[in-house]
Amino acid sequence: MSDIILISIYIFVLSVFIGIELIAKVPPLLHTPLMSGSNAISGITVVGALLSTGAGNTMLAKILGVLAIIFATINVVGGFMVTDRMLEMFKEKKNK
Amino acid sequence: MSTFTNWVYLLSAILFILGLKNLSSPKTARRGNTLAMLAMLTAIVVTLLDQRILDFSFIIAGLIIGATIGAIGAKKVQMTDMPQMVALFNGLGGGASTLVATSEYFQMTGEPQANILATIMLSIFIGTLTFTGSIIAFAKLHGIMKGSPITFPGQKIFNGLAIIAVIVLTILFVQDPGCLPYLIAVLLISMVVGVTSVIPIGGADMPVVISLLNSYSGLAAAATGFVISNNVLIISGALVGASGIILTKIMCVAMNRSLANVLFAAVGSDGGSASGASGEQKQVTRYTAEDAVVMLDNAQSVIIVPGYGLAVAQAQHVLQELAQILAQRGMDVKYAIHPVAGRMPGHMNVLLAEANVSYDLLYEMESINDDFKNTDIVLVIGANDVTNPVARTKKESALFGMPILNVDQARSVMVVKRSLSVGFAGEDNPLFYDDKTMMLFGDAKKMVTEIVQNLKK
Repeated sequence: MSDIILISIYIFVLSVFIGIELIAKVPPLLHTPLMSGSNAISGITVVGALLSTGAGNTMLAKILGVLAIIFATINVVGGFMVTDRMLEMFKEKKNK
Repeated sequence: MSTFTNWVYLLSAILFILGLKNLSSPKTARRGNTLAMLAMLTAIVVTLLDQRILDFSFIIAGLIIGATIGAIGAKKVQMTDMPQMVALFNGLGGGASTLVATSEYFQMTGEPQANILATIMLSIFIGTLTFTGSIIAFAKLHGIMKGSPITFPGQKIFNGLAIIAVIVLTILFVQDPGCLPYLIAVLLISMVVGVTSVIPIGGADMPVVISLLNSYSGLAAAATGFVISNNVLIISGALVGASGIILTKIMCVAMNRSLANVLFAAVGSDGGSASGASGEQKQVTRYTAEDAVVMLDNAQSVIIVPGYGLAVAQAQHVLQELAQILAQRGMDVKYAIHPVAGRMPGHMNVLLAEANVSYDLLYEMESINDDFKNTDIVLVIGANDVTNPVARTKKESALFGMPILNVDQARSVMVVKRSLSVGFAGEDNPLFYDDKTMMLFGDAKKMVTEIVQNLKK
């Protein structure tokens, strides 16, 4: 097993632990925005999609890459926007 | 990848972590989301500056198409439809991972490394099953497919064999690199596994499934990170993976079910069918909106227990009006939110926030359960199973052991419901037949509107 993969596994495992600590502190009140927000974060695959498409050595690789960009960007833009829309509605003081 | 790019990726990872940290309070949550957006933007911009990117035409087209579709979806979606939207987005995330991994496969040069080949297969497997599984979840939640579980003989064995096949094919793929049929076989098997693992799950268990698919979409992103040795993908993917796992666990605990039971037991009907078939006639006290107003006039404290039926009837706004009138009369008004109220974790809170209910009135089950016994009136609207006392006593019931709201301990209870039909668990609710319970039969929106009109008189 190469060192790079080993280091990657280290990073992955430690990140999972950080994730558990962070998410455990999110109150149930915010679980829906948490889901849509973390959903947007999982759209980070767009970075991989950009690299695959940009380097595109073959037309097939490029087409697959551009589809990946579209999928991931819908996820990112839609996810963050809808999360913002929801969080904007959470108000403490009674209005009206 | 240049050193500079990697430093910026580190910055991006830190911003993601800070963003999630800020989600721990409703006061800072919006800032947290903005930080996460900034993190994403940073990662995308620095990637675009990477020297390996030679051709921008495809990239720009892809970004514009994706951003437009995403923005329109985010603006238009109804808050009641959030579970479907999240399911769909999970699927797209998974699909993107599969596409990137496949694209990387077609660009491999020289002697392929074993670990890259293995992670390509892993990425395709998780990504694809997330994709097809999410499509099924979307179809079930959106009512395109029936919510009831679909089972076939040998389903579990089939899924088990499929996973073994994926492992075997991955080993063959690593030993015989460049062999496309193995990759296609794994792709097809993963598509089928996504479908066969979600169809047996009943409509009421969908909150667990979207949480789990949320986790998978993160793991798929992390797997892609392994394929292209990119740390920001690994870190963000791991964070999302952990988030989905925690939400899955919370949902399972709230329903007193194990994850295995949710995934494999095919529990639940389509919900709300006929009343329990028990022959005996039980006494139910029927009341009208006028009676309810008389009761409310003499009460000092009210706890409102909203369920998904409230959202279906679109009664949140008129309910908020009722709560405000009562509060203006000096009454103590609170909302009690069960963890599984709604169709996804935290869904009911969003629906009430949309109706301008301030979040300091929304109480979690643990923090309000002791208050019921000192409360004059509990108003249950569109909720059923989460108030069913059978969960405490009847060992053979599907509900047994599920944590419930202690509605039955209040001095009196008002239930707004269309009929006496059973909830998702198919269990009759003795609360409805209790002497202190007033049944207000009718559509939630109509009934609450009537109460409000009578109160205003």
